[in-house]
Amino acid sequence: MSRLEFREVSKVYRIRGRGGRLTAVDKVSFTLEAGKTIALVGQSGSGKSTIAKLLLQLERPSSGSILLNGEPVRRRGLRAYRRTVQMVFQDPFASLNPYHSIAHHLERPLKLHGKSATEAAVHELLERVQLTPAAAIARRRPHELSGGQRQRVAIARALAPGPGILIADEPVSMLDVSIRLGVLNLLSDLQREENLGVLYITHDLATARHFSDEIMVMRHGQIVERGPSDQVILDPQHDYTKLLLQASPNPEKHFSRS
Amino acid sequence: MSDVLTVTDFSVDYLGEQTVHAVRNVDLTLGRGEILGLAGESGCGKTTLAYGINRLLKPPAVITSGKAVLHSREGTDIDLGSLTGEELRAFRWDRVSMVFQGAMNSLNPVISIRAQLEDIFSTHRPAMSKADRRTRCGELLERVGVDRNRLKSYPHELSGGMRQRVMIAMAMALEPQIMIMDEPTTALDVVVQREILLEITRLRDELGFAVLFITHDLPLLLEISDRIAVMRAGELVELAPAAQLYNSPQHAYTKLLLGSFPSLTGERAAG
Amino acid sequence: MAALTDPAVVVESAVREKRRRRLSPKLVVGLVICGGITLFGIVGPFFVGDPQKVDNIGLTPPGSGHLLGTTQTGQDVFAQLAYATRGSLLIGLTVGLAALALAAIFGVIGAYAGGWVDEAFSLFSNVMLVLPGLPLMIVISSYVQNKGVWLVAGVLALTSWAGCARVLRAVTLSVRNRDYVAAARVSGERTWRILCVEILPNLVPILVSLFVFSVIGAILGEAGLAFIGLGASNSWTWGTMLFWAGNGLALRLGALWWFVPPGVLITLFGAGLAMINFSIDEIVNPKLRDQTRRTRRGWKASKEQIAVAEEATK
Repeated sequence: MSRLEFREVSKVYRIRGRGGRLTAVDKVSFTLEAGKTIALVGQSGSGKSTIAKLLLQLERPSSGSILLNGEPVRRRGLRAYRRTVQMVFQDPFASLNPYHSIAHHLERPLKLHGKSATEAAVHELLERVQLTPAAAIARRRPHELSGGQRQRVAIARALAPGPGILIADEPVSMLDVSIRLGVLNLLSDLQREENLGVLYITHDLATARHFSDEIMVMRHGQIVERGPSDQVILDPQHDYTKLLLQASPNPEKHFSRS
Repeated sequence: MSDVLTVTDFSVDYLGEQTVHAVRNVDLTLGRGEILGLAGESGCGKTTLAYGINRLLKPPAVITSGKAVLHSREGTDIDLGSLTGEELRAFRWDRVSMVFQGAMNSLNPVISIRAQLEDIFSTHRPAMSKADRRTRCGELLERVGVDRNRLKSYPHELSGGMRQRVMIAMAMALEPQIMIMDEPTTALDVVVQREILLEITRLRDELGFAVLFITHDLPLLLEISDRIAVMRAGELVELAPAAQLYNSPQHAYTKLLLGSFPSLTGERAAG
Repeated sequence: MAALTDPAVVVESAVREKRRRRLSPKLVVGLVICGGITLFGIVGPFFVGDPQKVDNIGLTPPGSGHLLGTTQTGQDVFAQLAYATRGSLLIGLTVGLAALALAAIFGVIGAYAGGWVDEAFSLFSNVMLVLPGLPLMIVISSYVQNKGVWLVAGVLALTSWAGCARVLRAVTLSVRNRDYVAAARVSGERTWRILCVEILPNLVPILVSLFVFSVIGAILGEAGLAFIGLGASNSWTWGTMLFWAGNGLALRLGALWWFVPPGVLITLFGAGLAMINFSIDEIVNPKLRDQTRRTRRGWKASKEQIAVAEEATK
């Protein structure tokens, strides 16, 4: 059972040359727990990708603390941290190295986290993300797969170390619309099976509602509204949430009105 | 409603070791002042079709059959395929203009907005006086909801949404009969996207141009289009008024696409 | 969903397959020229006599036991050419490798490490970039009496790597920010492994191209230095041959056989390497590939069709 806590975390970037400062994340607190999916919704530049980088220790917070199971993260314990916290990147065309086979992409995290990187283990991972026949897929290179297949490989790679927390940063926004739901359903099935704590970062309110238990709405580095998904979408409190909801295409409402 | 563009039996191939049929025998009509949505996924040929209509394809893409005929305001029919060189260049921005995906990044960063707008007039309306050009540019900007003072600005001083508005202003400059918009709002936030969509519909009502709106975002198309064409693997699989397409889709692929967007406020489907 | 094949993907894989099957003629010609000259440089010296051996027959045209004639002092030109080829190639290879290593260290590592390491490394490369080779050589030669081949190679390497380092730095900066590098970090990969396994393969085409480029530069540079008398003493290169030919008034005496062979070899070798470089560019940058006439001929289209399409997009 993993529990990842963000406590009053801020990230300030210095802007070169002008002496300016940009507060990308402003005193944000939340807790990711096993068995729960939280959606982080916001427009580009709202700071949601910075939160992903902070969660993955690709950036260090300017202030505040990140606690894994109650313990602060130390530079030494980074590998143990990464065994628990994994990520699915946004762009499956960029997150797989074109020079390596699919098998290589899955063997490395298995090896690095002390698991046996056998052919069978790789095939099992591929089957878990519904990529069959696994043996044929494992031999291929990223450019020989479609976008949806690549994203499934990326999910398999994130699952390889056996994480307890999964960060999914806009996992379907680069995919064709007709396969998006398939990938999201896969993520949600895995979340249930593995009892993962998932942070689903997105700008799409509709999928945020359908695939998460809670929604946090982010704007200018701050979380302006949070609550159970249905409540946030159907009965928004903050003006910004209302604005977002009004702006989002909603054919159902459109056609019932006219 | 009279038609402004008739596309018949239009096919485009990409030549190579294996020939790829990117657009296959598409028939399409665009009504005067109509917003026609063209929906489809990446690689379905929707952008190729738009480029083909406007004769913007470069080899290895080749138009293998069909034609696109524009019915001008003056009542003459112009076959776009018969135009060459200078005629085509004069024709393009004047009668049919385009707004590309990421167009906002195609503004020249070292030239002011005013100069870039004026350039259109000095190229296509050489007879226009300097003073007229100036006032016209100001009007254009205000029409798309950007302050006239912004004429002095350079592209980097404007936000993405504003730059996209400037691109729409440029596309409208010569009062074309058709505007082809290829994913014009994909790179923008929903709030900005909504503003621009409202702007496009308002301008269409005012000026009466027809819009061919290309995107993969079906919910968005359903809200703004009069009719929607769904494309898949180069073929037009369904063409129907928006409400009809939403309420009773005929083709299996249209149903698949509609089912790919969970409803925002309706019943919760997944758990 | 498998039915929704993306034409772009189909085109891409078709192109890939084609590339595997056929080498471009440019590459083949380049490889043949460079391979032939290299072979001559390696094997030639074993079959010829002593290039230094003076004979009192004086300047003789080709024929009568001397394949390419003799110099003013009766030395065999063919023998000199064989040794000179070996010498020039050695210098080219040494300088190419050394420059590449320096460029990789300062460009790639600096860019990947970032921060002050990057700042320091790029400052250093910029300083080296403006260091001119020729004046440096003149200064050094006024202090050192007996310049060896290695000294010349060293100076050439020192003054030629900085440009390559800048190119490598720029490419590394862009590769470093790709998601798969971040993904490798998230997987827990160590820094050196990310550098060697994730980033380096992306740089290989550029490294090869830079290497070829520095070899041409080094051979031409050495020839230039040697021709004005600043080359290594007691060694044979194409440059020193030209130097001695110039000294011996070969041009005025009309002794074509003396200065034409080294000149032709330099030109051929440079052209061959340039061709190799161009074809690497075409492999790396698919846009260039579509521009070649050969590719267009492979299209299943008539000339008229292409002409019409081109006319329409002018």
